[in-house]
Amino acid sequence: MTQRRFSAEHEWVRRDGEIYVVGITDYAQAQLGDVVYVELPLKGRRVEKGKEAATVESVKAASEVYAPLSGEIIETNEALSADPAKVNADPEGEGWVFKLRPDDPQEFEALMDEAAYKRFIEEKP
Amino acid sequence: MSDWSRAVSASAKESAPPGTTSATRKAPEATTSGHRGLVLEEELLFEQGSPDLSGVDLPPVEAFADRLGSLERKAPIGLPGLSEPQVVRHFTRLSQKNYAIDCGLYPLGSCTMKYNPRANERVARLDGFAEIHPLQPAATIKGALQVIEDLAHWLEVLTGMPAIALSPGAGAHGELCGMMTIKAALESRGEERRRVLVAASAHGTNPASAATCGYEIEAVPSNEKGRLDLEELERRLGADVAALMLTNPNTCGLFEDEICEIAEALHRAGAFFYCDGANFNALLGRVRPGDLGIDCMHLNLHKTFSTPHGGGGPGSGPVALSAALAPFAPLPWLVHGEKGLCLREGRSPPAAQSIGRIKGFHGQFGTFVRALAYLMSLGADGLKGAAEDAVLNANYLRTRLEGTLSLSFPGMSMHEVLFDDRFLEGTGVSTLAFAKAMIDEGFHPMTVYFPLVVKGAMLIEPTETESKASLDAFVASLEALAQKARAGEAAFFHEAPRLAPRRRFDEVAAARHPVLRWRPKAAAENGG
Amino acid sequence: MRYAPLSESDRRLMLAAIGVPSIEALYAEVPQKARREGLLDLPLGLSEMEVERRLRALAAKNVSASSAPFFLGAGAYRHHLPAAVDSLIQRGEFLTSYTPYQPEIAQGTLQSLFEFQTFVALLTGMEVANASLYDGATACAEGVMMANRLTGRKKTILSGGLHPHYREVVETYGRFVGFAVEAKDPAPQKGEDLASLIDRDTASVVVQNPDFWGELSELSALARACRDKGALCLVVVNEILSLGLVRPPGEMGADIVAGEGQSLGNPLSFGGPHLGLFATRERFMRQMPGRLVGQSVDAEGRRGFVLTLSAREQHIRREKATSNICTNAGLCALAFTIHLALLGEKGLKALARLNHQKAVALSLRLSRLSGVRVLNRAFFNEFTLCLPAPAEGVVEALAQKGILGGVPASRLYPGRTELADLMIVAATETASEEDMRRLEEGLMEVLR
Repeated sequence: MTQRRFSAEHEWVRRDGEIYVVGITDYAQAQLGDVVYVELPLKGRRVEKGKEAATVESVKAASEVYAPLSGEIIETNEALSADPAKVNADPEGEGWVFKLRPDDPQEFEALMDEAAYKRFIEEKP
Repeated sequence: MSDWSRAVSASAKESAPPGTTSATRKAPEATTSGHRGLVLEEELLFEQGSPDLSGVDLPPVEAFADRLGSLERKAPIGLPGLSEPQVVRHFTRLSQKNYAIDCGLYPLGSCTMKYNPRANERVARLDGFAEIHPLQPAATIKGALQVIEDLAHWLEVLTGMPAIALSPGAGAHGELCGMMTIKAALESRGEERRRVLVAASAHGTNPASAATCGYEIEAVPSNEKGRLDLEELERRLGADVAALMLTNPNTCGLFEDEICEIAEALHRAGAFFYCDGANFNALLGRVRPGDLGIDCMHLNLHKTFSTPHGGGGPGSGPVALSAALAPFAPLPWLVHGEKGLCLREGRSPPAAQSIGRIKGFHGQFGTFVRALAYLMSLGADGLKGAAEDAVLNANYLRTRLEGTLSLSFPGMSMHEVLFDDRFLEGTGVSTLAFAKAMIDEGFHPMTVYFPLVVKGAMLIEPTETESKASLDAFVASLEALAQKARAGEAAFFHEAPRLAPRRRFDEVAAARHPVLRWRPKAAAENGG
Repeated sequence: MRYAPLSESDRRLMLAAIGVPSIEALYAEVPQKARREGLLDLPLGLSEMEVERRLRALAAKNVSASSAPFFLGAGAYRHHLPAAVDSLIQRGEFLTSYTPYQPEIAQGTLQSLFEFQTFVALLTGMEVANASLYDGATACAEGVMMANRLTGRKKTILSGGLHPHYREVVETYGRFVGFAVEAKDPAPQKGEDLASLIDRDTASVVVQNPDFWGELSELSALARACRDKGALCLVVVNEILSLGLVRPPGEMGADIVAGEGQSLGNPLSFGGPHLGLFATRERFMRQMPGRLVGQSVDAEGRRGFVLTLSAREQHIRREKATSNICTNAGLCALAFTIHLALLGEKGLKALARLNHQKAVALSLRLSRLSGVRVLNRAFFNEFTLCLPAPAEGVVEALAQKGILGGVPASRLYPGRTELADLMIVAATETASEEDMRRLEEGLMEVLR
């Protein structure tokens, strides 16, 4: 079964064996509006939990995508370069941003599960 | 995803009207030519003329042995060819699609869109100013140096500060220059402070300039009165804080009433006080930053001192410096030497501690001449009067509009007044759509979605060069629009503007697939 | 006051509407200790006639290029500006509009900037250009910082042929922004090997063409060396007119071009405002500093132009912006665009050839003078003379004869004795036969 977890910065993470796929949530894409560009991290780059890993731009806003887990970037979604709208159309599927290999898979468990994240965004003003 | 983006994201969603990408709207009054009366369509230069035309006649060049090495450009450049009347018509037609101060009220908050006197333009074009080279021998530029000296004197007296660095090219460049002098002053004290505090209401250039200068940025929130929260400031002060950047009057149009206490707190902590002088227009002749404990403040000659904005420049951003920062002012320095005024262009005394050069040559001299003409025209009396009228106009708009728009903070305004979009709640009309509807009414919109300290900000700065009649007409239009919004006519706003040279643009497509230049048809079709 | 449209009765009515007795009351929230009473110690306002009289008197204390044989260059060039340029930029719709934030009512500014960007890209041979920066020197510093961002490296190598003001600006930025600057010594008489200096920390190599001494170089090998070692080749052009006749940096493999555009459309104006040009490859577009105008369509499907890629900029990204720049050189860019539109392909090439012809003719005349040598092998409209005496004194002696003869290298390199005898001389289309004769004779007399 696929497992998904969520960060308070509105990233989702999906475990895919040893690899973890990261993107921004549907809530986040709705807040941001039409995505016009995604700045992807370089493959092989090390990222630290809670630090910037990518940037998602709309016409009048730019948002960092923070790494929800520390680890190494092993793949990025090159399709977003040609079609950044995928982030809006299918944020939690084809609109994924990068894949990483975590240093400590336990960090994944510490993130919110779907129910907790749902409560989290409902509580937001 | 970070939170700071969300303050402005509402405007992004609004930027493209619904349905633009799928189906385009019909022109209300289609004409055969595409022109609509005086609004004349105009193709790009590259789509006109013929390669053998030119609008400049030059004498023929006889054959000669060139000295280009083997570096002659062989391939065509790709420029068009037009005669002079075609070029004049092209740019005249283009100009007619621009709103400008000369057309009407331009109430952009924190931009000080005041009248740009034509006398300034004439004197800047005198041969003795426009046709002198920055590297001419000293004996041939005495008048130019006197202009710089005179301008610096006016600005020193107006700011109450002992030194003016004139070379910055615009406000943001002035900010960078100011932060560099602060960093240099700290280094000379043997201190390495890493953080710069920036008021939450600050212009985006403030954090960007400090970050360019290598500082970590921390925002200081406003209090419920729309001023910098002194307690929040003090909580953040420490041995690693280099400076605070604050605008006064701030971008809520309010005077920072605790400014002296803020200065004291900063100085107690060993930090410098940077003031963004974009809003100095309110204070001319009444308040001197130097009396408030400010160490560094840039001025915008293209705002307060009436030099033209020119569709986005050139600006000029002189920086007033306290005695503590003056030794670090950028090169060149204007000094009184044996032969009168002269330029000191190297790091020799008294400029030994200078941060160095930040721009080519000696700054935006052409704007200096214009600003000096303005200062001489107004004089001590006129400048004070200008500030008073600017403040009067802003307060008049506050009074007339506070029942219509939502006033963000009560109390007296300075040169501008901040409203927000609470009055639009439940109407289905966004701040942006409301602003776009103002275009059809013949007004340039106010600044929207800035400052970030309130949601749906609408910042209005009328300046002193608006008549009462013009303000009254503006108020009447805003009242009518607000009523329309409340009456449930949201669709009207979504459509706006309908009467401008262009309707709303698809900014999303423009940013997803940027086309930043014209290309010949064949190249463009090959994916160029 | 002639710029004030409020009458006394307006002011009274408005104060009454606000509900305050006086202007003073509007400043109630300014603490008492912050206020100043009375007038500042500055002169009172003057009539337009009086302001003009006084400023004319100051202007008359300068020797203008139009009143003397004039041969100064070194980063600022005198050209004849067609009357239409100045007439058009003084149209209030251009002169008094703001940065085009509302594209529906700013198509005049936006379309002309789109044309400007296209012109800059065509001239430099690059793929894309921005809507201008403050001047050439700051454009150069912005280019160096962009290369740092793109490569993740933090060192730049500056050619000794780079204009000293540009070098100094990059050094200032380097010190405060935090990157290393390795500046080569000026070596006008011999070449320099920059390629061998590129190492794994090098983000950019900055080279000017024609260089500060007027010398033209082929840069392809350097650009290749940069590419091989992962650095970017930044080419500075501060006589933009040269690109009407000389192979553009884009053809030589430049990654970034930072230029000074004053020559087209803009007067010398004692060094400013001038016009920063910035062009690069399409793939680096999103790291460019400054405003960008892009093509779009409006809701009725009509072509138009908007500011685009704004998410790079300070008003959106604040401290994370690619640059802190807000205002650029809009009106100077417009003047450039109008001048180049007037010239067109044919006019630009002819003007560039005329400049070159004048400079070649002048170099031949002056090199006949005893003890005078032209250092350059290849040049455009500017060259360097080696004189038999310190150039500073020569230039001053010429000025006393009413001739503005050139720029002594010592003005920009004070204390460098090996450069003291060098004088940089520019000849544009404005130099008449008579002007050249007077310079030749003047120089002969001064050197005698």
